Amino acid sequence: MTESSRGDEPPALALQDIDKRFGATRALTSASLRVRPGTVHALLGENGAGKSTLMRVAYGMERPDAGMIRVRGAAVRLNTPADAIALGIGMVHQHFTLVPVMTVAENVALGDHGALDLQRTSAELRELSDRTGFALDPQVRVEHLSVAAQQRVEIAKALMRRARILVLDEPTAVLPPSESATLLRWLRSFADQGNAVVLITHKLGEALSVADDVTVLRRGRTVLATPAANATTASLTDAMLGSADAGEQSTRAPAGSRAEGGPAMPPVFRAERVTVVDAAGVMRVREASFVIGAGEIVGIAGVEGSGQRELLRALAGRLPIASGILERPKAVGFVPEDRHRDAVLLDRPLVENIALRGAAVRHGIIDWGAIRTHTESLMRSFDVRAAGPRAPMRTVSGGNQQKLVLARELDADGATGPRAIVVENPTRGLDVRAAAQVHARLRSIRDTGAAVALYSSDIDEVLELASRMLVVYAGSVREAAVDRDVVGRLMLGAEPRGRR
Amino acid sequence: MRAASRELALAAVVVAAIGGATAALLVAIGFPVGPGLAALWTGSFGSWYAFTSATLVRAVPLMLTGSAVALAFRGGVLNIGGEGQLLVGAAAAAGVALTMPAAAGLAIPVGIAAALSAAAIGGALWAAVAAHLRVRYGVLEVISTIMLNFVALHVVSYLVRGPLQEPTRVYPQSATIADALHLPRILGAGRLHSGFVLALVLALVAGWMLRHTAAGFRLVATGESPAAAASAGGIDVRSTTTRVFLVSGALAGLAGGVEVLGVTFALYENISPGYGYTAIAVALLARLDPWLVVVTGVLFGALEAGAGAMQRDAGVPATMVAVIEAALILAVVAAQSIRSRRQAADGDSYTLPVDA
Repeated sequence: MTESSRGDEPPALALQDIDKRFGATRALTSASLRVRPGTVHALLGENGAGKSTLMRVAYGMERPDAGMIRVRGAAVRLNTPADAIALGIGMVHQHFTLVPVMTVAENVALGDHGALDLQRTSAELRELSDRTGFALDPQVRVEHLSVAAQQRVEIAKALMRRARILVLDEPTAVLPPSESATLLRWLRSFADQGNAVVLITHKLGEALSVADDVTVLRRGRTVLATPAANATTASLTDAMLGSADAGEQSTRAPAGSRAEGGPAMPPVFRAERVTVVDAAGVMRVREASFVIGAGEIVGIAGVEGSGQRELLRALAGRLPIASGILERPKAVGFVPEDRHRDAVLLDRPLVENIALRGAAVRHGIIDWGAIRTHTESLMRSFDVRAAGPRAPMRTVSGGNQQKLVLARELDADGATGPRAIVVENPTRGLDVRAAAQVHARLRSIRDTGAAVALYSSDIDEVLELASRMLVVYAGSVREAAVDRDVVGRLMLGAEPRGRR
Repeated sequence: MRAASRELALAAVVVAAIGGATAALLVAIGFPVGPGLAALWTGSFGSWYAFTSATLVRAVPLMLTGSAVALAFRGGVLNIGGEGQLLVGAAAAAGVALTMPAAAGLAIPVGIAAALSAAAIGGALWAAVAAHLRVRYGVLEVISTIMLNFVALHVVSYLVRGPLQEPTRVYPQSATIADALHLPRILGAGRLHSGFVLALVLALVAGWMLRHTAAGFRLVATGESPAAAASAGGIDVRSTTTRVFLVSGALAGLAGGVEVLGVTFALYENISPGYGYTAIAVALLARLDPWLVVVTGVLFGALEAGAGAMQRDAGVPATMVAVIEAALILAVVAAQSIRSRRQAADGDSYTLPVDA
């Protein structure tokens, strides 16, 4: 506590020694967080460090296995979000929970009890806008609002329920920079009125510029809790990545057996000052230049919202580039992260799932006999366990579905020219054994000369497989060594050690 | 062959269920069961004449609209507008047939072909309205197609009192179309006309397209998962969806044209007793397979024909058969969803990611 005058006041929110397990995974181990009233508190940590889980505990969405929760000094039990809301805790999730076709006022009224009085809700919203300087038109339909304005609706929902402790999960990941600054300024003034803000983020600069206090989680434990004034980018990075670990990790040899330090084989992808703009018109990748060669796995790393999603889709030919030069093979395989939605026909047989590739250009009569034979051979060579090629995709396990998708996507149509595949979170939802099989497949794909671009939100997965790394931070892409510490720092926008 | 015997068993269950449900309903509303069921049977399958002139004649529009619905549903288009497309097709066929120069007697096949083409184009254009609303503005076709049914009904109502009204201007119907343009009857099959052959061939072709052609596969993939069709298959989902609307509308429109040229020979307000709606039941019972639509189309044709006979001979209200049809659909839909849920429960080891 830097200011002794506030030392006696009970914390607005205190989480003490929280434990939480999901099956065999320990998400939180004795994690703690003390949020003082009148402050903005940054909660930092890598993907999977337990930030979101801890805040879900604070919002009554998860019940802790052990530990104590205090709100303004009083010990409380939070069984549901309604309990948390009643205590003045509000949460703004990363993925909004709004009904697009409803107006702002309707969305805000949605969680209320009793009679629906939209006029009163609108009046209260206007009053809130005046009081907080929060521009929101109650009559506009949410689908017509920008992302930033939708986020304001989420905040307004919490404020209308008299939230005095506001938790925001990566609020700036979806915002363009100017909107981020506006939001952070607003959060600052909200806290200055005696409220409290918990800002979950992995952007260090943001944490240091706006927060009063910082708590860092690593692998489910609180490893640092300090006033922001005492913290530096370096100390926070060390806490997030674990400086001891980093030393160990960086001595490990790069996993790739082939290229070390540079592209060895002929380039398959070549990007020169490539810029990608997303559907909403926001620039996501800025002037990226790199090559990906045959026979190598190039890992792509970035915290959510950094532009890696768009970069992958541009490489896969699913998103046009706005400017620059991108040389890529005509047929690039793509394994999207949402397999069930974007990659397979769950209720159709495996054969038809194989036939899906190239469905747009095929014409006339389909030779199902040939596709069936082909499916059988792909199933054999990728070890896909299924009742047979006619079995519906739904009846096959997730790991086998993913192997079939990999087999299909690698299967370049003409069989001539370089083979290339873009892979996004390939083991999401798979158990350990299935994940290991998918990894083995990716390695053997590489060994047969294919170019592989691999992204996973689990950075360790990427580091294990990749022989080179590209790190995306705020739209810029740069090459990095296959080293946990270096990559981790670049992902956070910090410079690697020794270059500072 | 186990699949085939399972199909046969299912068919037997369906027929038994119809008989049982009808008997139960007859008891419930206080009609003698024996004469009622007897009339249902004699009016539908009881004689060659009943089978061809009543059952199959009614099966023709049901097979066409049933195929239209099956194709649409498979392609992810919930076309509830078969009725409206049928009415527009009927009006278009009548319009062309009535304005055809009388001297065209030389080229009867050309005249018939022109009228039927007009019917198909009319139905497709009617569906195109809903297609445009869906693809361009995201309007749900369940809403737009059902609304267009009412519009079509009123368009026909206007036509038979206005531009297409018969010359004496007394009755709300069109003049009778020239004999030369009637669809030829099938020899030895009573009132059954050659539209039956057309419906049969089109249903078989539609089923074959779905199974064996690239275009059919694009339709199935788009209907199954538009996101996967676009992402993994590179399929242009919008254009595929539009085509599904057009083909489905054309088939339903053709049903209207065939009715006019083969059965009514004029345009009336209530030319269809709701074939476009019954088609949904026909298609669902056929599990959206146009080949099976041939069978279920005949089954529902028999129900319609038998209902008429029951009313005539046993005094049982024909609406009772509508109740049975509805119960049948509910049973089939329930059975299908139970089956697919059981399939989903088997061996699906997909686990939710733990997001920390």
